[in-house]
Amino acid sequence: MSFEPKIVGILCNWCSYTGADLAGTSRTKYAPNIRVLRVMCSARVDPTFIFKALSEGADGVLICGCHPGDCHYVEGNYKAMRRFPLLKKMLADLGVEDQRVRLEWVSASEGQRFADVVNEMTEQVRKLGPSKIKPDLLADRRNRPAAAAAEVAHA
Amino acid sequence: MTRKISIDPITRLEGHGKIEIFLDDKGAVEETFFQIPELRGFERFCVGRPIEELPRIVTRICGVCPASHHMASAKAVDGCFGNEVAPVAHKLRDMYYNAHFIHSHIAHFYALAAPDFVCGPDSDPAMRNVLGVVAKVGLEIGGAVIASRAKAQNIQRLIGGASTQDIWCIPGGVAKGLSKEDLATISKWTDELYDFAQTSLKIFRDVVLANKTYVDIIVNGPYNLEVQNMGLVDENNAPNFYHGKVRVVDFKGKEICKYSPMEYMNHVAEHVEPWSYLKFPFLKQRGWKGFVEGIDSSIYMATPLSRLNVADRMATPKAQEAFEEMYKTVGGHPCKLLLASHWARLVEMVQNAETLQKYCKDPEITSDKFRVIPKQITGEGVGIVEAMRGTLTHHYTCDSNGICTSANLIVGTTNNMAPIHMVTKKIAKALIKPGTEPTQGILNMVEMGFRSFDPCFSCATHSLPGQMPLEIKIYKGGQPYREFKQYC
Amino acid sequence: MPKLQIAIYWGAACGGCDVAVLDTNEFILEVGKIADIRLWPVAADGKYSDVEKMKDKELDLTLFDGAVRTSENEHLARLLRQKSKLLVAFGSCAHLGGIPGLANLVPMQEIFERAYLKNASIEPGNTTVPKPESMVGPYKLTIPKFYDRVYKLDDIVDVDYYVPGCPPHFDQVKAVLGVIASGKLPAKGSVVGCTDRALCDECKREKTEKRVKKFFRPWQIVPDPNKCLLEQGVLCAGSATRGGCGVRCPNIGIPCRGCYGPPPNVVDQGAKLLSAVASIIDSKEPKEIDQILATLPDITGYAYRFGMPSGLLQRRHAP
Repeated sequence: MSFEPKIVGILCNWCSYTGADLAGTSRTKYAPNIRVLRVMCSARVDPTFIFKALSEGADGVLICGCHPGDCHYVEGNYKAMRRFPLLKKMLADLGVEDQRVRLEWVSASEGQRFADVVNEMTEQVRKLGPSKIKPDLLADRRNRPAAAAAEVAHA
Repeated sequence: MTRKISIDPITRLEGHGKIEIFLDDKGAVEETFFQIPELRGFERFCVGRPIEELPRIVTRICGVCPASHHMASAKAVDGCFGNEVAPVAHKLRDMYYNAHFIHSHIAHFYALAAPDFVCGPDSDPAMRNVLGVVAKVGLEIGGAVIASRAKAQNIQRLIGGASTQDIWCIPGGVAKGLSKEDLATISKWTDELYDFAQTSLKIFRDVVLANKTYVDIIVNGPYNLEVQNMGLVDENNAPNFYHGKVRVVDFKGKEICKYSPMEYMNHVAEHVEPWSYLKFPFLKQRGWKGFVEGIDSSIYMATPLSRLNVADRMATPKAQEAFEEMYKTVGGHPCKLLLASHWARLVEMVQNAETLQKYCKDPEITSDKFRVIPKQITGEGVGIVEAMRGTLTHHYTCDSNGICTSANLIVGTTNNMAPIHMVTKKIAKALIKPGTEPTQGILNMVEMGFRSFDPCFSCATHSLPGQMPLEIKIYKGGQPYREFKQYC
Repeated sequence: MPKLQIAIYWGAACGGCDVAVLDTNEFILEVGKIADIRLWPVAADGKYSDVEKMKDKELDLTLFDGAVRTSENEHLARLLRQKSKLLVAFGSCAHLGGIPGLANLVPMQEIFERAYLKNASIEPGNTTVPKPESMVGPYKLTIPKFYDRVYKLDDIVDVDYYVPGCPPHFDQVKAVLGVIASGKLPAKGSVVGCTDRALCDECKREKTEKRVKKFFRPWQIVPDPNKCLLEQGVLCAGSATRGGCGVRCPNIGIPCRGCYGPPPNVVDQGAKLLSAVASIIDSKEPKEIDQILATLPDITGYAYRFGMPSGLLQRRHAP
């Protein structure tokens, strides 16, 4: 049985969530590995969300927003556009592979595109294998003799 | 027969150390090892940081002498920017740094060193601390110690904005200048600090030199080493703590070498042993010969005593008087008696105060031209200053974007690791005799050896160990015999 | 009224926090009147074995500064937790991991290689590295084993309060000791000795609108002393940093680097600073955005200068 990546999707309410809905109503098949969260705008996506998702076991994170110029709130997606390159740089410094976190513009009519992106990303992440972040952090907690002893004592 | 005995923790020393003493079958000391069990990694995690950030990162190597790292770092960064620095900035930095020396020397002398002499080397450990000192010399002096330390720190704050964890030096100079109002305040304090430096010398004369037992320990005890001396000097071969060339002189007074910072790698190398995280610097051109004394030894020490040993004179007049008095008393220049380092510290304090007085009278010191915008990144710099505990070297390289590509640090106390290791063995051999039980007092007398170096193992290991866990294991005939532990 | 029993202990520390307590000068003598300092390596004679002999919760208060790097640090953290009613994480290292936490960005092997094999002044031809156990002739020598990464105090034990700063400002130290002495304790887990706002609230520089076309390194411009540093393109972490330090750095024209940790309710200081910095970039063109970001090197080092272990990812996770 091959590894099934857990991908967290953060989609903006106006364009990309509607686009994803369209994929659904059109019965377009796409990988079930994505778990979707809806936010009002891609500007709402705080880098903290990506870090939290990764630290809690997500193998990948997909952020979707409206195409530049089409943001329901006029300029929100530009904020996402500016944050993302810095976030990628930071993730690289922290040893997170490039393909695990992705930003895509998806319009309300791009149901097929959404499905294509999800399928492509799922395969890329599958090839990378499970993210080591959560297992690393758990191992950090348990790999010290004193810590292990304390856990045994409290068990 | 094995017994474990716990002893008082060492409180007048900074860092983590472990001493192993091996006894032969008769109970005489056969071998000792002074081990340092910690490391931090500044030399690695500074890589990748913008080079101008390093002066504010390396201060966290040590919270007792952050200014030393800040200055050495600033000078290494200066080098990376082609040494383009506003001249007034150098004066301000020197002034700030001399103020730092004063409060650090005050703290070391009164809190760390004095208890051994004022209370006595084998006195009750519970009182053998700064409170015991104050009890003996009086509350007025105790109050003056606190007040003087505060004045020197406040001088730093007025000049450079902070006194712990310095924030002030930048490429091209410093971030702020000195106002006339602040200068007036500093002038007054400076004169008071000069008086306090002279008072401290008087206390040393009255309490230590007037006591025959102490003088005997200083002159005739096992606290001496025939190794070479290192210190920073100006063009007159007088000590300069902020800027100059490094001079190395053997224990008979002959100059071995004198080098400018960029040449340090031709003269100093670091030897590694598997049993200590701390490296052992030595004179590179002589090669590593082991932990041996002698005129050909490649071991050197870098302490207040060695700074005065390599100097032909002091840089200021009253300090020169104190210098002459000291060497006349200890039997000549240079001097091998390690405990004289405590005296040397006080002589330095006089020069620190006189230097401050000189700057207070310098009309340029309140100039607003305290920084320039550097025009080029040249990519490499070596900054050498004297930390209170010895010659401190920071060597950086950076890329064309000013991002650090390497950092090499040889820190004050690191220079002294081999001498500390050697003198510990010497003292242990002299004091732990076959048939005697090593006691609390004897242990303290072993400590007095490394304490004279005012070691800072936080610095030396570029690590942040904090406490002074100390473990002493005594082995007899290869078997564990006795163990002293504190904080372990 | 019985005297308070207190301990001040340092883990993987530089000593600056202990110096900050000493910097309260005469106040320390006041503390001496109301408290017995049972353990404080830098200034008092408390025996380690005394701590072991103490009853549980015999200490009213322990101030623990420094990060946790070795098994010894961990052992003392657990011991002091057991023996103390209140355990305070004192200073950036105990609170967030501190500057030592930057080591979490590099693999431990590289630290060793750089220190013992590759550095410029290492004895030519050296291949020796320190080992936990080694033999020199007939003598066996040991040194402690290190953890592969840095931990903050509450990764190891339950912490009652946090006092931020590198070091905590000495006025704040007085305030904290005063609060504890008064008995009117804040809610457990509070961050004390600071304000509950971002540093910008205390900073007297003029703040208008932030639109940045280029970032400047601190040496590239002489900033206007009256205007917000970030608005002038100098990266300052103040907006993602808790106040309470007296604005000591921006007051002399040096940008904040975040030593007081995140403002209230912020989980990841580095993520917040990233977000804030990106938001003020004045461009909508991807190429221009990249050019502007190129003037900002080492975002990770800026964002997590004092708190890598406290970020959600805590460290580098490279293969």
